Amino acid sequence: MTAPPSIEGLLRELTPQVLGALVRRHGQFEGCEDAVQEAVLAAAVQWPAEGVPDNPRGWLMTVASRRLIDQMRSDHARRERETATAADVVPEDVPDTDDTLVLLFLCCHPTLTAASQTALTLRAVGGLTTAEIARAFLVPEATMAARISRAKQRIKAAGSSFGLPEGAEREERLRVVLHVLYLIFNEGYTASSGSELHRPDLAHEAIRLARMVHAQLPEDGEVTGLLALMLLTDARRDARTTETGDLVPLDEQDRTKWDRALIDEGTALVKASLAGPELGPYQLQAAIAATHADAATAGETDWAQVHALYLILERIAPNPMVTLNRAIALAETEGPPAGLALLATLDGDERMAGHHRLLSVRAHLLERTGDTAGAYEHYRRAAKATASIAEQRYLESRAARLRP
Amino acid sequence: MKFLISMHINPAVLDALTDEERAAIGEGHGRFMEALKESGEFILTQALADPSQAAVVAVRNGQPVVTDGPFLESKEYLGGFYLVDCESKERAIELAAQIPDSAIEGLGIEVRQVMFSEGQLEA
Repeated sequence: MTAPPSIEGLLRELTPQVLGALVRRHGQFEGCEDAVQEAVLAAAVQWPAEGVPDNPRGWLMTVASRRLIDQMRSDHARRERETATAADVVPEDVPDTDDTLVLLFLCCHPTLTAASQTALTLRAVGGLTTAEIARAFLVPEATMAARISRAKQRIKAAGSSFGLPEGAEREERLRVVLHVLYLIFNEGYTASSGSELHRPDLAHEAIRLARMVHAQLPEDGEVTGLLALMLLTDARRDARTTETGDLVPLDEQDRTKWDRALIDEGTALVKASLAGPELGPYQLQAAIAATHADAATAGETDWAQVHALYLILERIAPNPMVTLNRAIALAETEGPPAGLALLATLDGDERMAGHHRLLSVRAHLLERTGDTAGAYEHYRRAAKATASIAEQRYLESRAARLRP
Repeated sequence: MKFLISMHINPAVLDALTDEERAAIGEGHGRFMEALKESGEFILTQALADPSQAAVVAVRNGQPVVTDGPFLESKEYLGGFYLVDCESKERAIELAAQIPDSAIEGLGIEVRQVMFSEGQLEA
């Protein structure tokens, strides 16, 4: 899409509204989704040249409806209708309901793989084109198109109705939605490739989608927690890498480069969510991020609080990665040997065997105990184990300083 | 996650196959490609010409020195590869096991994660 940012933003905002209304009227999510994508592409070409119509939502609705009817009439001889005429047609009324959540639940259908869930979410709810999503994940457009089309077939085969599930299923599906948004954010945040410049900003897209969900479910602690976690993490973005793309660890970051506005917003959200009745993993991770954000220098970090939060996180959502992070906090409060002792408990865990994070944390802690040879060895092994070039460069530079 | 699934072939093993066996391998690759494309995991595949046709290039004192033949004398050579984008290493291994070569003694399939991509992958 080459539309100017204001039009692009408008299109992304309108996409789920138009799609929701269309599915409510006609059913068949897969056909409606194609029709809306075509309408969005047409708008991206026409609006910059001819101006944004007075009722942009109505315009999209009209064009998408026509595309859908064309599709239904004939799959073979789909006419390339001149969309210019569509703009003159009186727009159909679009019901004023927000179907964002319903669409998200559908896109994050449990029968789909995470890769399909993220792709479909970005297209149907995020309003990104297939080409943009393909660029974001560095795969050919044909690969992404096939993935999206397969995902829609699966949803159709599963016979999902267009509505919010009830009770426990609703809770379960919401967790999947949040996980998908989290994956989208991480993909954008940890992107480390030579072609980053032209990749759509997935981290910001994830934040935008999380804001949409938060607007619908402001009382849900985990929704609030996830949004806060994203904001607090994104706040460190500029400080996280050097101009040449090298990673800067948290304790060496220039904290004046942290985005204060994002930190303030994130911190306020964390506080609000912690006052609620429930406590979930995203809230706790956000609370940890807020604790780091609160320290003016790395030395002022309240490690006792970080450790306590990881301890609770470990109890409610046991996971070796959480234990690993707790070991870092424990090393700060009780010294590196205590951290190393906790790491040793992870050695038997298959999920962590040879994992670069375990190797690199052990390297750091060994370095601090003065075991230079052990640290060197572990930095080298960690550098080999990671699939991220930025991380590999960082680990190799740590190893190089300790070379015997 | 992107993985390169490379196929290491032993020309002697290939020569010893019957026509039926070779045809079955070809069909197996065809089915594999179709399924990969449909699932949205396929990026590209390439098959390489015989290693005897390879040239080894070295630059010495600023001058290219070209010799015929493969770089390493070996029983197995890189015959081709599939580049896939899939969910996990486990899935990549599952895919590798569907390649007909994996069922033949003397032919090897190797799965390696991609670290950096540029060019063709940018839609």
